[in-house]
Amino acid sequence: MSLARRIIPCLDTDGVRVVKGVHFEGLRDAGDPVELATRYNAEGADELVVLDIAAARDNRPTFLETIRRTAEQLTIPLTAGGGIRSLEAARAVVRAGADKITVNTAAVHRPELLSELSAEFGAQAVVLAIDAKRAGHRWQVHVRGGRESTNLDALEWARRGVQMGAGEILLTSVDRDGTQSGFDTALTAAISKAVSVPVIASGGAKLPAHFLEVFTQGAADAALAASIFHDHVQSIRGLKEFLRSNGVVVRLPC
Amino acid sequence: MKVTLIDYGAGNVPSVERALRRLGEQVETTSAAEQIAAARCLVLPGVGHCAALIAALDAHSLRQPIRKAIESGAAFLGICLGLQALYESSEEAAELQSLGILPGRVTRLPETVKLPHMGWNTLKAIRPSRLLDSIPADSYFYFAHSFAAPASGNESAATCIHGREFIAVLEKENIYGVQFHPEKSGAAGAQVLRNFLRAAA
Repeated sequence: MSLARRIIPCLDTDGVRVVKGVHFEGLRDAGDPVELATRYNAEGADELVVLDIAAARDNRPTFLETIRRTAEQLTIPLTAGGGIRSLEAARAVVRAGADKITVNTAAVHRPELLSELSAEFGAQAVVLAIDAKRAGHRWQVHVRGGRESTNLDALEWARRGVQMGAGEILLTSVDRDGTQSGFDTALTAAISKAVSVPVIASGGAKLPAHFLEVFTQGAADAALAASIFHDHVQSIRGLKEFLRSNGVVVRLPC
Repeated sequence: MKVTLIDYGAGNVPSVERALRRLGEQVETTSAAEQIAAARCLVLPGVGHCAALIAALDAHSLRQPIRKAIESGAAFLGICLGLQALYESSEEAAELQSLGILPGRVTRLPETVKLPHMGWNTLKAIRPSRLLDSIPADSYFYFAHSFAAPASGNESAATCIHGREFIAVLEKENIYGVQFHPEKSGAAGAQVLRNFLRAAA
């Protein structure tokens, strides 16, 4: 008996439709979030993440409606985020049906937000998203969808974020995102070792071998991907069967 | 049968309500003491911090109504924190008293593993369980917690291991509890809820 490694499809939305882009740019339509969520729920996804990547302001009513419609179809946990800057905005997202809230830029600007969310919803509901880009021998935190660099060191920020109340880290490699060249296992392993909470690896997934690598060498607790699932490049079930045959504990629903 | 769902503001109330409605149940979501005391089938969901749950139960004066419903034979299901609240106290809020319906103390899982215990895990059967009836033994359930109740009480029907062994399925006469989230545990979770409703009927 042991905790299964999780496979998490991610729906990047413009609030209403699922969109795709490389390095957060050049967005294309990739479908209806509710349809995709229903499909992934049935195919054995362990959780689902829905992001409003176009959010420039809190609580767009259209995104809340998307969360509501998506949650309606799910029998697995739902994480939602994008543009959440306040406790009030997080409450609306939870009321709409999200089990966890993910915050990124707003937490960098005001780390106390993590403590406020954790006090209200519990650490297990607070996912700190970190976009990290290699800078020499370290990784630098980026914000605003990966477009803007900060002076923060990713390892230090991850540790601080957990102290402030984050119960999980969603770690995206800015270098690998959209490249389909594999996860940044060195980054993932470094962060996973640095914190006591689970780490979700993101950015660069394409092949089943990439997932195997990030679970074994990268010490990831979960791995997230978007377009390879949307485009049927990789089925969740096929991926999990591959991982299981390679000794990774995964949940295979009947 | 009508299910009374205790709504004290916990984050997972809407998803538990959705899961019950999906099974075709009539759900009464309430924080009113009279309705809770008179319930025949009572569900206490919970997620987050134990102190918030205890404070909310006290703010609505719900200790006595919950006890009264259980003593009058109502089927009770505690989910996650709702299970933990049945014990005497929790290390998470050491200064507060929990419901004290069962003896024992909720403690933090060891630091030797990643916390929160977050994700899908399997169970270890201790004895035949009504909640787990007709569910394959290797099924996975979704957990999201850092504190847990002891595995050793005679109310343990199944346990789980993460750092240490703890109670995952609680069954004692009309009192039921699950440390995992059946409302988020796919088909297996839905079957647990169905089994509870059958036991309550």
